[in-house]
Amino acid sequence: MTTVTTRPTAPPPGPPVKSRRRRGPRLSARVRRAGLPYLLLLPAVLLELLIHIGPMAVGIWMSFRDLTQQYIRTWDTAPWVGLDNFSVAVDVDAPVGEALLQSFFVTCAFTVLAVGLAWLLGVTAAILMQENFGGRGALRGFFLTPYALPVYAAVITWSFMLQRDNGMVNHVVHEQLGLTETPPFWLIGDNSFVSLVVVAVWRTWPFAFLIIMAALQNIPRELYEAAQVDGAGIWQQIRKITLPSLRPVNQVLVLVLFLWTFNDFNVPYLLFGKAAPESADLISIHIYQSSFVTWDFGAGAAMSVLLLLFLMVVTAVYLLVTSRERKHDG
Amino acid sequence: MRTRPHSPAAPRRRRTAALAATAAFALLATACGGGSTGGDKGSNDSPDSLTYWASNQGSSIEHDKEVLEPELEKFEKETGIEVKLEVVPWDSLLDRILAATSSGQGPDVLNIGNTWSASLQATGALLPWDAKNLEKIGGRDRFSSSALAAAGAEGKDPAAVPLYSLAYGLYYNKKMFADAGIEKPPATWEEFQETGEKLTKDGKYGLAVEGGNPVENAHHAFVFGKQHGADFFDIAGEPTFDGPENVAAVKQYIDFLGKDGIAAEGNAEYTKNESVRDFATGKAGMLMWQAAASSLASHGMKPDEYGVVPIPLPGAEAGTDAQINSMVAGINMSVFKNTDNIDGALKFVEFMTSTEEQTILNSAYGSIPPVEEAAKDKAFSTPDLKVLRKVLAESSAPLPQVPDESKFETLVGTAMKELFAQAAAGKEVTTGDIKERLTEAQQQMQK
Amino acid sequence: MADTIRRSPTAPPNSFMWTRRVILTLLALFTAVPLYVMISSSLKPLHDVTGSFQWIPSEITFSAYVDIWDTVPLARYFLNSLIVAGAATACSVVIATFAAYAVSRYRFRGRRVFTVTILSTQMLPGILFLLPLFLIFVNIGNTTGIALYGSRGALILTYLTFTLPFSIWMLIGYFDSIPRDLDEAAMVDGCGALGALFRVVVPAAVPGIIAVTIYSFMTAWGEVLFASVMTNEQTRTLAIGLNGYATQTQVYWNQVMAASLVASLPIVAGFLLLQRYLVAGLTAGAVK
Repeated sequence: MTTVTTRPTAPPPGPPVKSRRRRGPRLSARVRRAGLPYLLLLPAVLLELLIHIGPMAVGIWMSFRDLTQQYIRTWDTAPWVGLDNFSVAVDVDAPVGEALLQSFFVTCAFTVLAVGLAWLLGVTAAILMQENFGGRGALRGFFLTPYALPVYAAVITWSFMLQRDNGMVNHVVHEQLGLTETPPFWLIGDNSFVSLVVVAVWRTWPFAFLIIMAALQNIPRELYEAAQVDGAGIWQQIRKITLPSLRPVNQVLVLVLFLWTFNDFNVPYLLFGKAAPESADLISIHIYQSSFVTWDFGAGAAMSVLLLLFLMVVTAVYLLVTSRERKHDG
Repeated sequence: MRTRPHSPAAPRRRRTAALAATAAFALLATACGGGSTGGDKGSNDSPDSLTYWASNQGSSIEHDKEVLEPELEKFEKETGIEVKLEVVPWDSLLDRILAATSSGQGPDVLNIGNTWSASLQATGALLPWDAKNLEKIGGRDRFSSSALAAAGAEGKDPAAVPLYSLAYGLYYNKKMFADAGIEKPPATWEEFQETGEKLTKDGKYGLAVEGGNPVENAHHAFVFGKQHGADFFDIAGEPTFDGPENVAAVKQYIDFLGKDGIAAEGNAEYTKNESVRDFATGKAGMLMWQAAASSLASHGMKPDEYGVVPIPLPGAEAGTDAQINSMVAGINMSVFKNTDNIDGALKFVEFMTSTEEQTILNSAYGSIPPVEEAAKDKAFSTPDLKVLRKVLAESSAPLPQVPDESKFETLVGTAMKELFAQAAAGKEVTTGDIKERLTEAQQQMQK
Repeated sequence: MADTIRRSPTAPPNSFMWTRRVILTLLALFTAVPLYVMISSSLKPLHDVTGSFQWIPSEITFSAYVDIWDTVPLARYFLNSLIVAGAATACSVVIATFAAYAVSRYRFRGRRVFTVTILSTQMLPGILFLLPLFLIFVNIGNTTGIALYGSRGALILTYLTFTLPFSIWMLIGYFDSIPRDLDEAAMVDGCGALGALFRVVVPAAVPGIIAVTIYSFMTAWGEVLFASVMTNEQTRTLAIGLNGYATQTQVYWNQVMAASLVASLPIVAGFLLLQRYLVAGLTAGAVK
């Protein structure tokens, strides 16, 4: 399958493998050695072209077209509309652009909250469980279970619990504790944002916990012993030794959590269905709805391209910051 | 052994970027090479088999298979054509049809919601039922004209033929009515409101609505709109969502849960037919639904425990369009244009719309045969179906048969879902709120 | 994992002990409640799960576990999930091993571009690729006659969109943490570069490779979006198949929960057995 996509051979500049071969005056062993890394990379590169670069190019192509249902059957004839799809998407005074912007803000708020909470819970639990105590291993395995559950199993269970009339959450909040006068809604209206955050945190905090637990084990014991000699209490040890040593692992962890959370489609889709409430309208769902539910793939593609640009900026900034830090450290 | 990093970064980067770009464009070139397979003409390349996508009509996918498989075997015995059946759940049916349309890799014959007819017709993927094709299945006159009106845009050959017909009716719980001292089911909205208020007490409610389901919401918006003299599309097919009559129509429906308080707040999040359950289990006294009999039975409600009447009207003084109290609901059957068994596909549609099969299938699903000959069967003379048949024949209207219809259902239905959420949270839903939402929906139609 | 840090012979102060007790109890509750709801609901009769919530089942029945296999073809969905997730995992592990080895051990033109591409593509949400990928598959199908759309092959390929970049990224980190002297020594002993990879690096990287395997398998097993558009009745996976328990008339919540548990069991068990490798693989790059 991969060969198929590259069959229309690319015009020069050719693939790196070839260019390197041409460059070497003497073939044979030296070339083979120099070509080896490319050979090893070849399957990955081909797949990247097929599953990432190619679709991105097609997506960009689509974003300039008026690809509505009239054209999906013969979509190569969809009319060129220039930047129309984009100007609609970024016109924040009109409903389409306004909804997109709102969805973007919702996604950002959701990401910050969900990542922050997941990290906080993970770090707290990991520090509290740094030291051995009875049942620690079992508790650890237990904490990890939500992360291991397939996302649909977990989210479907939550949607069952969050039903207004027959759900477990309102059974506790309203009937058993009497905290509210009327049972609140969790799957529609403004509270759906809260539901989304809680479910996302429930699923991801064990991952943070897992990683931080591991990082804690790499902190040399001598540091703590020395601190004790100096008379530092346990809280001080946590503040002075534990937290600072987590810095490098946090960098990776927060990035990974950010990516998973920002791009999350599964949780809102399974929790709310195809039409997510406005307060929980994450960008992935919004694009899905804009293209698949209303049959306007050009508009959906334009939003995708905007998202792509945004994420590229984020990536660039991240790379810049981390590489600068590495230079500092080195 | 390790090759050292080469110094100037820029050219290297540019080269690789260029490589990626060329490869991507090469790919794009293939991508643009052929849009669809099979061309516009069907063929008879594989005359011995057909693929058929059925919609989920029964209580479950497996139930549908139990109903359909014996019939498909009958068809195979008659014609020697094997029909490969897939029952596609409603929530993925439209996506699957879209995918099949853009790929050209779809079934030969399929069911579609009749409201999608014009939208799907606009894709050009469905075989038009011109006089010649209709003749092959016994001619246009076999079908009820209202059902055929919901099979494609006006003035064009239908994109589908009707398979099962449905209409909305007002279901009411006889015992709850008796207990509340209500003598006869409401015929006007005024009476309806009164009835609803009488029923709403002790944790029970007058009405159950499927407030979280955009499609149901849009259907009611359409019918209520008709009664208020509003259309959601003008003659040119342009959306007209936010006229004062449209707003009034939507408000009337939202107010059942909001201002009028005859539907439970919890209904605002119903999406899984919980309203049918609530009605069947006596939590609500009335329900506006299409062909609910088999669903009610599966919840243990017996046919003599409920009655069906037409959905109320604004009163006799209003105009003729105002006497509309249902959409023409139902399922149509289509043939994919690029089928490789066109003769077989037509034969299969002929079989499925034959009087005999229509009787069997519609009675299994509790729907009404759009084939008039079949509708005469006594299976369709139960009290509830009699009412629904009358509604369908006399006071129903098809949803606008315009290409953007499915977008209308999504956008207006979703807007109403948000309005229900607002009402359920105890916030008043004003005319202004509704107008704003509808305007927004309309602008999204036009982009 | 057992080598924990013993801070001191003196027990930590009471304030710490109490904080620990309270917080861990709360977290355990947070974790446990949905799991309890899932398990208890799967053991309830249908009328228990359609009405008001109750903590204790009115009776315990295993009927849901019997019925799930008949309501929808769960066994087939299970098999499809197994095939798709298994194949996607195998592909991404093998391909990522080669790629990560090249990146970790060689300096060559395009290396930086490659790693940046890998890093940035995993930042992109799947929705970006959904329709384009679909169209590409359709075209490959139309031009070559290989029917990708609707096949398990297509789903496997799409799952590589998220498993592959992460796998490469993780393995680069892991390979970097394996001392180069090892493979250089192997090469001096007459192994080629590939020999060094297979005889030295791969065995030393087993924890990292297992980590990638778990991650890829879990992601593929749980994916919803692509599975909903790219599969048909024959190739449907568990993620979509579970919708079948919500029928036109009724949501069989007890069966939904029972089927969810059946779908979760292998993956949770596998994860809990192998999770320490996941940690090793993930942290190797970062905690050097």
